Amino acid sequence: MSMADGRRLARWVPELAMAAALVALPFGFDAWLGSVDLFTRILIWGIFGLGFDLLFGRTGLLSFGQAAFYGTGGFVTAYLLTGNVLDNVWLAMAVGVIAATLFSVFVGFLALRRIGIYFAMITLAFGELSYFLENSPLSNWTGGENGLPGVPAPTIDLAGLHYSFAGSWPSYQLVAGFYFLGFLFARSVVLSPVGAVLTAIRQNPERAAALGHDIGAYKLAVFVLAAVFAGCGGALLGIFQSYMPPDAFALDTSGQLVIQTVIGGAGTLIGPTVGAAIWLLLRDVLQQVPAIGDLWKFILGFVFVALVTFLPNGIVGAVMRWMAQLWPRHAAGAGGTRHVDAAAREALLAPLRAKTAPGAAPHFALEARDVRKAYGGIRAVDGVSLALAEGAFHAIIGPNGAGKSTFLRLLKREETVDSGKIILHGADITAADVTAAYQYGLAKSYQINQLFPQLTVRQNLRIGALGRQRGRWRLDVFRGAESFAKVEAVVAALLEELDLTACADLVVNTLPYGEKRRLELGLALASQPSVLLLDEPLAGLSPSEREGVKQLIRKLSEGRTILLVEHDMDAVFELAERITVLHEGRVLAEGTPKEISNDPLVREAYLGGLAP
Amino acid sequence: MPTLAQFLSQAFNGLAFGSLLALIASGLSIILGTLGVLNFAHGAMFMLGAYTAFVVLGHWDSFAGALALGALVLLSVGWATERGLIRYYYSRPKEDQILVTFGLGIMMVEAVRYFFGGLSQRVPLPSWGQGIVNLGFFIYPLYRVEAIGIVALLLLGFYLLLYRTRIGLVVRAGIEDPLMVELLGTHVRRAFLAVFCIGAMAAGIAGVIYAPLAAVIPNMGEPFLVQCFVVVVIGGLGSFPGAIVGGLVVGEILSLTTLFNPAYAQAAIYAVMTLVLIVRPRGLFGTMGRA
Repeated sequence: MSMADGRRLARWVPELAMAAALVALPFGFDAWLGSVDLFTRILIWGIFGLGFDLLFGRTGLLSFGQAAFYGTGGFVTAYLLTGNVLDNVWLAMAVGVIAATLFSVFVGFLALRRIGIYFAMITLAFGELSYFLENSPLSNWTGGENGLPGVPAPTIDLAGLHYSFAGSWPSYQLVAGFYFLGFLFARSVVLSPVGAVLTAIRQNPERAAALGHDIGAYKLAVFVLAAVFAGCGGALLGIFQSYMPPDAFALDTSGQLVIQTVIGGAGTLIGPTVGAAIWLLLRDVLQQVPAIGDLWKFILGFVFVALVTFLPNGIVGAVMRWMAQLWPRHAAGAGGTRHVDAAAREALLAPLRAKTAPGAAPHFALEARDVRKAYGGIRAVDGVSLALAEGAFHAIIGPNGAGKSTFLRLLKREETVDSGKIILHGADITAADVTAAYQYGLAKSYQINQLFPQLTVRQNLRIGALGRQRGRWRLDVFRGAESFAKVEAVVAALLEELDLTACADLVVNTLPYGEKRRLELGLALASQPSVLLLDEPLAGLSPSEREGVKQLIRKLSEGRTILLVEHDMDAVFELAERITVLHEGRVLAEGTPKEISNDPLVREAYLGGLAP
Repeated sequence: MPTLAQFLSQAFNGLAFGSLLALIASGLSIILGTLGVLNFAHGAMFMLGAYTAFVVLGHWDSFAGALALGALVLLSVGWATERGLIRYYYSRPKEDQILVTFGLGIMMVEAVRYFFGGLSQRVPLPSWGQGIVNLGFFIYPLYRVEAIGIVALLLLGFYLLLYRTRIGLVVRAGIEDPLMVELLGTHVRRAFLAVFCIGAMAAGIAGVIYAPLAAVIPNMGEPFLVQCFVVVVIGGLGSFPGAIVGGLVVGEILSLTTLFNPAYAQAAIYAVMTLVLIVRPRGLFGTMGRA
């Protein structure tokens, strides 16, 4: 068996282990507790939790309103069946899940406009809203405080074969079947490019957007995905109990899901299931112990607080870390470290030509026309015009507060302009956002490193390269994040070019500053931009590192348009073909390095009259 | 159509409940505004105040004693919470802060359940609060009228503390720009401790006042916590006037919707909250700085 075969097999180890556990564990529960029902219950929470783990564990979106979708899926299914609207249980489940999905599109659209505290509060409010709607105004359909009894179990009728999923073991088979499918799907999402982008969003949403990913669309997608899982879990709950309880909508349900996920381990997929097992076992088993039985939930709360404080990835995360220490993976990373020779590198990193508007005949690569931006009374950029010819190397200098960084942010479309126009290869991009600008071939490296600190160097670069190769939004959840040959080739070329091959599979926050700085540049290059904005690329580097980065920038400038902002005057005058001097948000002078250094105005205002 | 008298009496109910909500929410809001922490244990702190009243008023007819002890208990709880836990969370993600206060709230509720049991307890009215009063347009329980007065006085005191004292100045500046206040040489962390304690005390005192009006049970704080979120979103994150106006608005929506159709009362406040989030996400009095 070759190395590659071994790796392909290793990818399926969790799935195989899960299948084995789903077959073996119920017998253990049956022998121990006399029934498999508790394990079924754990798996229903587990299905609910698989979706929540994608939302919270992967993407970092803490929702306190998941009960809204759990309840919707459950009650729509239960109503259709008990109200004699539908006979087919499978069909009713499908409609229930679709209802939960549609509701989540509406809630997600409103809630995802905000992050952090606001997101938690809005989702919580929607959870409560649906609880109170179920309780009174809709009680004709939902049974109000009584819920809906008599939900039937599905059956299979195929060519004379009849099988009903009613009863302890059959409903376990039903739930375990859904759980396994859900697990396969969630794993697939995690390993797909979508999963990679979600992780990037969690760690640094601004940079993920600047690298060409439509983070709003991805967040909505994962929010809706979580609701699909929730709706499915809710429907199964009603079928399993033959009763749909109103507290499926309660705040306590959302809260329990959050607690189970954190205790078991956020970002581990099976964490919420493990957390559910702990919750339900503590409740059912600890309650039998006379002295401390009444304290089971207090103990749970204490464990929860302790885990939040000390173990951010919960119990499963801790076990996984411990196992990683026992069996360190040798030379991880797909394809190991491939050598890419200089000619191939040049071809791989050459700028992709931007999609130009048809018929347009651009004279300039990037043009700013009378761009203005004010913050309150401060005019940070006050009518700056600049035109960069194709392949030009242009630099902007000016004292601190001259508006250089703001001007770059406006060009990259990170901020809206008050007035003026920005034109890229003849196309007006003034109204475009930062994500679109990247897709058009306009990339930027930042003054302060904007990396994905918990990812490896290779994964960082992959996020950048995927952004350009895949486009701003795609739901390709059934292919691996590493399956884009072109992306992997670009990443390998970048690693070599930036001299980061040795640390390719190290986590970024363990790297020294010089390496991080080169990676910052690499993220901008990963899109093979035709226009590159560099915001103080030499900042904080040692003299020898500066020399290396300067060499690199010079090399990059071949066939590419570059706009450099830098305080290192030696570097600017050495590299740039033309220089613009900004002063108090306006252009003070523009010309060749020679003209600038001889300009009396510049010497007066900026160089303090001391320059040679 | 309801008569004018019905309308007025429901509006008065809304005022009574809304002013209480305003007091609890103002505590939540200044903690959020100054520390940036959304305190999910705030409902549990309200509940702790109610149980203090249960203990004190069950033994002595001393409402002032209950208020004083309630304030003291919540001062201690607030102090211990900030020093023991919250201060280690200022530099952590907002999500972690939410999670840890959420867990803390559960621990408080469960500890109370362990010591007092899960059944609801009755708290006697103070002797000067018994009986009814004729307000002209309708007859109203005396204590409810007095409670509005007490809450109004407390909110006035809160206002004076925030707008007329040095610590209040630091707190208000901290809501605008915490970093700048620190840079100007004020010891913000000490102010944070004070704000957390004041916020906790506001919840606890509200709990004492509310205790004689309702069933006192361990998880009584939960609906109040959620309604306070609605108040804060409507009024604006971190805004003291916003918490008061928001509290009254929510109280009136609840009461007046009940007048027309009780089934929609709770749903109505969340509908209004959604509307505010769409039309004016920063709330009525909020600044854009936070969150």
